[in-house]
Amino acid sequence: MLAPIAQNLAFGILVGGLYGIAAVGLSLVFGVTRFLNVSHGELLMLGGYAGFWLYTLYHVDPFVGLPIVVLLMVVLGVILYKLLFAGMVKYPEETKVKNTLLVGFGLGLVLQNVALRLWTADDRGITTTYSSRVISLAGVRFPLVRVASFLIALIVLFALHQFLQRTYTGKAIRATVQDWEAATLMAIDVQKVYLLTFVLGTALAGMAGALVSVGYSIQPNMGLEWTLITLIVMVLGGLGSIMGTFVAGVVLGVAQSLTSFWLGGAFREIVALTLFLLVLILRPQGLFGVKEG
Amino acid sequence: MSAKRITVLALVVAVVAVLAALPLFVKKDSTINLACLVLLYVALASSWNILGGYAGQTNLGHAAFFGLGTLVARFTWLGGWPLWAALLAGACVPVIFALIIGAPAFRLKGAYFAIGTLALAQVLYVTVANKWPLITSLPARYLATYRLMPRYYLFLAVAVFTVGVAYFLVKSRLGLGLMAVREEEDAAESLGVSGLRHKLLAFGVSAFLAGLAGGAFAFYHVGYYPQFPFSPAWTFDTMMAVYIGGTGTVVGPIIGAVFYVLVKELLALKVVEAHLIIFGILFILVVLFLPGGLLEAWSKIRSALGSRAKSRKAALPAG
Repeated sequence: MLAPIAQNLAFGILVGGLYGIAAVGLSLVFGVTRFLNVSHGELLMLGGYAGFWLYTLYHVDPFVGLPIVVLLMVVLGVILYKLLFAGMVKYPEETKVKNTLLVGFGLGLVLQNVALRLWTADDRGITTTYSSRVISLAGVRFPLVRVASFLIALIVLFALHQFLQRTYTGKAIRATVQDWEAATLMAIDVQKVYLLTFVLGTALAGMAGALVSVGYSIQPNMGLEWTLITLIVMVLGGLGSIMGTFVAGVVLGVAQSLTSFWLGGAFREIVALTLFLLVLILRPQGLFGVKEG
Repeated sequence: MSAKRITVLALVVAVVAVLAALPLFVKKDSTINLACLVLLYVALASSWNILGGYAGQTNLGHAAFFGLGTLVARFTWLGGWPLWAALLAGACVPVIFALIIGAPAFRLKGAYFAIGTLALAQVLYVTVANKWPLITSLPARYLATYRLMPRYYLFLAVAVFTVGVAYFLVKSRLGLGLMAVREEEDAAESLGVSGLRHKLLAFGVSAFLAGLAGGAFAFYHVGYYPQFPFSPAWTFDTMMAVYIGGTGTVVGPIIGAVFYVLVKELLALKVVEAHLIIFGILFILVVLFLPGGLLEAWSKIRSALGSRAKSRKAALPAG
C-alpha cells in the first residue's frame, strides 16, 4: 500500500518541478510587467518542438540542445515583445492585464495552428538511448531523464534567484516590481527591464517545454492546458513570488498525482480548479505570498 | 432623436421579418443550417459581450456555460421533459456555475476572473469527456419527427431574445452601472454603484443566455460528443466575433458573428484549418490598432468621407 503512494509522490514531485519552472517564467513576467501572457503554454510547446527538431533532424542530445532552445526562445521573445507587447507599457495596470491577455490569446491560437501545420496533431517525444533508465531507491523508481529535468529546473531556479538578488540588473527588475515609477526616478530604464523580463519568461517557458518533450510528450494543442497549469500555479504561489511559485508547482504536481491514484484519473483535472478556488477564497495572496499594502 | 429611433425600430422589424420569412423562399437545407449557425453565433457573441464588453470582464470560459446548457437541456429533454422546461433548466444551471466562479473571483481585481473562467471551462471539458465518453444521438422516435424548421425558429428566437436583453440592459440603470464600473470602479463605488453586485449580475445574465443558446444547440444537433460544446474553440470563436465586430455595443457582436461565420465558411472551402491562423492575426490587429472593431472602422470611414464632403462644401464659396 505504501509503495504505490511513494511512487505517485515521486512522479508528482518530478512533474511538479516542471510546472514550477514553467510558472516561474509566467509569474516573473506578470509580477514585473503586469502582462498576463496567456500564450505562455504555446511558447512552452514551441520550446518542446524546438528540442524535438534539434534531436530528430540534427541528432543533438536533448540536454546538450537545451542552451540552443533557450537561445532560439530568446530571439522569439525579443521579436514578440517588439511586435506585440512593447506598446502596452504605457497603459494603466487594468488595461495592461486585459490587453495583453487578449493579444496573448490571439497569439496562442495562431501558434497552435501553425504548430498543427508544421508538426501535425501527433504526440511527439524524444526517446534517447538512456530514456528507459531508471534509478531505484527503496522500491521507488525514478526515471533518469525526469530526475535530470527536475535537477536542471532546480539549478536554473537557483541561478535565477542569485541573478535577481545579486546583480544590478536583477535588482533593477525587483525595484520595478515594487514601484515602477520610483524605479524610473532612480534612472532605471523600465522599457529595458520589461523587455528583459519578457524574454526571460519566454526562455523559461521554452526550456520547460524542451524538458517536457524529453520526459513526457508534446502536441500542438498542449498549450492551453499548460497555460492553465502555470496560471494556477502562479496564483497558488502568490503573484510574483519566485520561490513560492516553484514550491506551488511541486504542490500541484503532487496533488494531481495523488488524487488520480486515490480517486481515479478523471479527478486529476478537478484538483487544479479546486485548489485555485480554495486559495481565492481563503488566501488570495497565494500560499507563500505576502499580503499587499 | 425620435425619428432616428423609428428608423432603428423599422430596421429591426424588417431584419427579423426577413429572417422569419427566410425558410419560405430558401429551400436548401445547407443554407438553413448555415443560418442556424449564424444565429447561434449571434446569440453567443451577444451574451459574451454583456460581461466582456459592457462590464469589461474578460470571460475565457464561455464554452463552459454554453456546454452546460447543452448538457442539461439535452439530457432532460431526451429524459422526457417538455422542451421549454429543458431549455429553462439548461439556461439556469450555468448561472449556478457562474456564481461559484464569479463570487470569489470578482472580489479580487485583475487576472483572477480570467484564470477562473478558463479553469472552469477546461475542467468541465475534460470531466464531461471522461464521464460521458459516448456520442449522444437522437433516439429513433425523435429522428422520425425531426424537422429543420422548428430548430431554425428556435435559434432565431434565442438570438432575438439575447440581442433584445442586451439592448434593454444597456439602456437600463444596470447597464449604466456596468459601464461605470468598467470605466472606473473606485469612482463608481463612491457613487454607490456596487462593482461586485453589478459584475455578478452581468455574469449571471451572460451565463443564462449562453445556456439558452446551448439548449437550442442540444435541440438542433442530431448526434455529437457531449464534451464537444465545452471545447475551448467555442470561447475562441465567440471572443473573436465580438472583438472583430466591436465590443461594448449592441450591433458589434451581430456584425462580428455574421462576418466571422460567413468568412470562416468561405475560408474552410479553400484552405482547411487555416482560418484560425487568419482570424487569430486579425483578432490581434483589432486589439492593437482598432479596439472598436469593424464598427469603429465604419464610423471612421464615414466621418472621413463626411469631413471631406464638408471641407469641399466649405471650400466652394471661397474658390
